[in-house]
Amino acid sequence: MTESPTGLSHSPGGHALQADAAPKERDNTALAVLGSSIGRNLGLVVALAVLCTVGAITAGERFTDIDNAMTILRLAATIGVVSIGMTFVITGGGIDLSVGAILALSSVWCTTLATQQLAQDTHWIVMVGTALAVGAGCGLVNGVLISYGGVVPFIATLAMLASARGLAEVISNRKTQIVNVPGFEEFFDGKVLGLPMQVWLFVLVAAAGWVLLNRTTFGRRTLAVGGNPEAARLAGINVKRHTVMLYMLVGLCCGAAALMLVARTTTGSSTHGQLYELDAIAAVVIGGTLLSGGRGTIVGTVLGVLIFTTLTNVFTLNNQSVSEQALLKGAIIVAAVLLQQRFASRRNTS
Amino acid sequence: MNTLPIKKAWVGLVAGVAALSLVACTGNDSGDDTELRGGTSEADAGSNDEEGETVVIGFSAPAADHGWMGSITESAKRLAEQYDDIELRVAEGTNDVNLQISQVETFINEGVDAIVLLPFDGAAMTPVALQAMEAGIPVINVDREFDDPNAARVTVLGDNYGMGVSAGQYICSEVGDDKDAVVAEIAGIDSLPLTQDRSQGFEDALAECGLDVDNRVAADFTVEGGEEAATNLLQAAPEIDAIWNHDDDQGVGVLAAIENAGRDEFIMIGGAGSANAMREIQSGDSVLKATVIYPSTQAADGIKLARLLVQQKAMSDLVEVEVPRTVQLYAPVVTEDNVDEYIDSAFES
Repeated sequence: MTESPTGLSHSPGGHALQADAAPKERDNTALAVLGSSIGRNLGLVVALAVLCTVGAITAGERFTDIDNAMTILRLAATIGVVSIGMTFVITGGGIDLSVGAILALSSVWCTTLATQQLAQDTHWIVMVGTALAVGAGCGLVNGVLISYGGVVPFIATLAMLASARGLAEVISNRKTQIVNVPGFEEFFDGKVLGLPMQVWLFVLVAAAGWVLLNRTTFGRRTLAVGGNPEAARLAGINVKRHTVMLYMLVGLCCGAAALMLVARTTTGSSTHGQLYELDAIAAVVIGGTLLSGGRGTIVGTVLGVLIFTTLTNVFTLNNQSVSEQALLKGAIIVAAVLLQQRFASRRNTS
Repeated sequence: MNTLPIKKAWVGLVAGVAALSLVACTGNDSGDDTELRGGTSEADAGSNDEEGETVVIGFSAPAADHGWMGSITESAKRLAEQYDDIELRVAEGTNDVNLQISQVETFINEGVDAIVLLPFDGAAMTPVALQAMEAGIPVINVDREFDDPNAARVTVLGDNYGMGVSAGQYICSEVGDDKDAVVAEIAGIDSLPLTQDRSQGFEDALAECGLDVDNRVAADFTVEGGEEAATNLLQAAPEIDAIWNHDDDQGVGVLAAIENAGRDEFIMIGGAGSANAMREIQSGDSVLKATVIYPSTQAADGIKLARLLVQQKAMSDLVEVEVPRTVQLYAPVVTEDNVDEYIDSAFES
């Protein structure tokens, strides 16, 4: 299947099947791409800039120093990787409520005594393989239930949310599993060229996600399937198989995020990843990805994640309580979406 | 259109994932079969531990979603096994108040001899506990209090306020000479009354030596939450003299964050008293110098008291003819000097 569905712009359903950067004459220099991305996400950039200004004014040095920037990026990395995967599923017209639970299961499974024993005898890559395989496996189950079982995504992934965390509790016996495999933490929590590995992974996943969504047939099919699955099917896209792949992709991201969290906390635990589904969905939607599918933006998702992480950081630097943070988080979600719409409508009318 | 044929890459990835065989999983068994102190099967004649009539006890507690709560139910079961005259009926642990109410109703219908109840929410469980008391079944309320004293015959409590006081006094004794010492606090779930009690006690004890809490963050009793809160806290306070972390379960994450930040200019004191924390204290090279115990054996004590009540015995070390109304447990500080006394009865995170 190599035919591109761009001929579908006039399909019934009327969804313009356009990727988030698809002007007629593509200018492919990185700067231009970045420029146009920022232009389209102006509302988010403004929100983030305002937050940073508030941080710099109220906390001064403590906010602006490089260590703090690293702290924010490192905390954003885990939820960021999950949110990139979530962007694909939502763009493809689905939703995944089980990301936090899959993350917990992957983290527990790759830190069991048996897995760690095997990793010590061979190489810590065993743990990496286990976490990614568990994540992709859960995604496969989700995808098959949704595509071939006809269960709506909301319900199928809700079932996975319950059962994956349940299985994680059974496997770990609700105990925190400490990691002591030489090399694993050094790699995943070390520094490369002055940047934490976690941040590199986040950048890598975000860049790969951007290319996949905007520059490949897979990405274009995702937009087509999310915009109008029936039209996509008529255009010769195997919608069912594509949907399964989307859920496996987000599962894989959860497995990767699990590895990052295991390295950061030195433990695997069935309590990891709580409420990640809501944080990820919030970041994706704020970023400008349509909850109904058919339009997605990786840059927007990254900005969304950074806004939430920076918010928590600025509040903590100023010694504010959790309750105030929650209140402001809600306000920021609304404000960002309103700003986003304001800028978007202005662009459409100009 | 400059699109890559991504299909081949996908096929490769999926095949690669499929080829990775999963490692068989085995849970990490704690292998814990030490006997809880008190209670033997070969009791001296005439002592309280001598076998009496069989007592049927209904037990209900919240879901074991962290180490401390897991240990509550485990200790209760272990203790019941030590007595041939206790028949323990354990309801499935739940954080759903509705379900817990129906569990107690079932115990009432079955006509058990006593009910030991650690409520998820004390206020919400009060009416059904009153029902049990009116039906003539004594209720032993553990850890989270009912809001009506008539709803329980005996109340076994930890000392949350006292925990905060113990932690504050320890910090005063260690860094209290320096009136500008920076003290930080990493609380548990901020909306729980027990967290508010702990923080109040901490604040009051620090005030005694002229210190106050300079930086405060809240986590959620999970490793991940502890790591995240501590990471931001360390960024907020470039120089810290002492940290109190309310809960050793989340402390694993707090210590990971401290390790990541490469900081060691402060002393840290924990809370709850997990075995992991005690091993850190024993090692002597960790920032964690002490922890304040919040006994996870409260429910086991509740069961012992229920047995005495039903068999019409009393606490033999007291003069009283009856079992007391309230037993509040002490929150001692465990340091390198006395850790050996406590480590055997500690729970694993």
